[in-house]
Amino acid sequence: MSPIQKRDFMKILVCISNVPDTTTKVTFTDNNTKFNTAGVQFIINPYDELALTRALEITEKQGGSVTAITVGLTDTEPSIRKALAIGAQDAVRINAEPTDAYFVAEQIAAYAKTENYDLILTGRESIDHNGGLVCGLLGEMLGIPSVNVITSIEVENGSATMERDIDGGKEKLTCKLPLVASAQKELTEPRIPNMRGIMAARTKPLKVVEPAASSATSATVAFELPAAKGGVKLIAAEQAEQLIEILHNEIKVI
Amino acid sequence: MSVLVFAESTEGTFKKSTFEAVSYAAELAKNNSVACVALSIGIADDSKCADLAKYGADKVISIKGDKLNQFVAEAYAKLISNAATQENATIVVISNTYSGKSVASRVAAKLKAAIASGVISMPDTTAGFKVRRGVYSGKAFADVDLKTPVKVLAITPNTFNITEYNKALQVVHAEGGLNDTDFISTPVEVSRVTGKIPLTEAEVVVSGGRGLKGPENWHLIEDLAETLGAATACSKPVSDMHWRPHSEHVGQTGITIKPNLYIAIGISGAIQHLAGVSSSKVIVAINKDPEAPFFKAADYGIVGDAFEVLPKITAAAKKMKAQAI
Repeated sequence: MSPIQKRDFMKILVCISNVPDTTTKVTFTDNNTKFNTAGVQFIINPYDELALTRALEITEKQGGSVTAITVGLTDTEPSIRKALAIGAQDAVRINAEPTDAYFVAEQIAAYAKTENYDLILTGRESIDHNGGLVCGLLGEMLGIPSVNVITSIEVENGSATMERDIDGGKEKLTCKLPLVASAQKELTEPRIPNMRGIMAARTKPLKVVEPAASSATSATVAFELPAAKGGVKLIAAEQAEQLIEILHNEIKVI
Repeated sequence: MSVLVFAESTEGTFKKSTFEAVSYAAELAKNNSVACVALSIGIADDSKCADLAKYGADKVISIKGDKLNQFVAEAYAKLISNAATQENATIVVISNTYSGKSVASRVAAKLKAAIASGVISMPDTTAGFKVRRGVYSGKAFADVDLKTPVKVLAITPNTFNITEYNKALQVVHAEGGLNDTDFISTPVEVSRVTGKIPLTEAEVVVSGGRGLKGPENWHLIEDLAETLGAATACSKPVSDMHWRPHSEHVGQTGITIKPNLYIAIGISGAIQHLAGVSSSKVIVAINKDPEAPFFKAADYGIVGDAFEVLPKITAAAKKMKAQAI
């Protein structure tokens, strides 16, 4: 057996959000002020799952540890346990309702401040609130660089080389660690937990931390569902060219 | 007091989404009887800045520098928040583009300001400061009340009108006061797809699904898109099978778009896909299966084989464009 070469030991924190499954039909209760969780399956935010998997790939290659962190109440524990089953060594749950991105970032920053992570990964955005803000907020709060929507990351000699999506293209950049980055789709393929992982997850440490003092900067006051479409107007396939006529002359979108 | 708008530019040129942000900020400023100040960072020259006055800026602060030609979130955030403080801005407006969003969050943390991204309304200030934004990846909207004295709004492109205010151009050239440590990340290489319209900014999007049967048939999609000046997109299975790059995947776990016109060809219309496109102003679905869920979400539909229908549409579009010239 050859000895494992620990070239660049990485201490990584991965931020996990607990979100409704993508197939969820969204409805609201309490006079449209609360998301209706009845019958809804919750999952790890898909982008966070990519961040977690990439973190594991990095530490498996060069040594290190991966901690999963979430801000949420006890109902989020299945998702954080799943993160452990996928392979995180330990997990932290900050025991608070995640009211907005600012609050979540403040909580994670308060925890991360004393832990000296080399790398913090988040998802590009959560698929429920679609803020896409935690990465940048965390970067500023911790005084470290933030790199949004990365599609690749390699770490070597205390520095990361990344590719990220920019408007209308891609950018390759390098940046010294520590840094925070947010995972975009191409980063890797999500890893499915195996039975051994699921068994191990039961006994892995899950620390519950009470929230730090924080500023409530915003509040969601109401939700609304989009208005239903008026009904489709069908055009016969034989007269498909009529579509262009309608789009150009009648509704003037082309 | 003022409303500050970050006038994002790429290689010295302002985009349509920037003018939308400037007009949005100008309207906000007018409603609050304060000045609309635009901040340009990079290499955009004064003649380009004139357009910012045209679309509503009372004053343009221009910070130039070779290093600023490329977007570095940390440096840009410092310049924007410094300008916000200097100009006593109570609202900072930024386009919800990739760059815009990555800098907006840092600005909010610096200013200890509440932030809303993906904003699709003007603020409602009758009680508090409420803005509407898209949530659940296009499946719903949320009204968010921002409670801090300073607010940061990242507004969704292709949502607000560009208005001609034709104000007199007043440019103030400023030094950024940045040092090397502000450029902590180093861009190595930037590759932009030239001659193609970015998906998130496109007014017309032509999108293909599994019904196209394989990547070799994508010329049919591209041909129609090129004729209409549209961007191309695809469904999740298509990008999962690597027929098309992930960057073209629209839907709940891809990109959420809201063009004026979305044409979906050979896409059944799964709930996750519809979430990403349902804000489009007009939706056309073309599918050979009359039971495809997309027909319930579309304004216009053609039940037919993509390989027969598409050439007809493209030919008609070419004819229409030829007559328009």
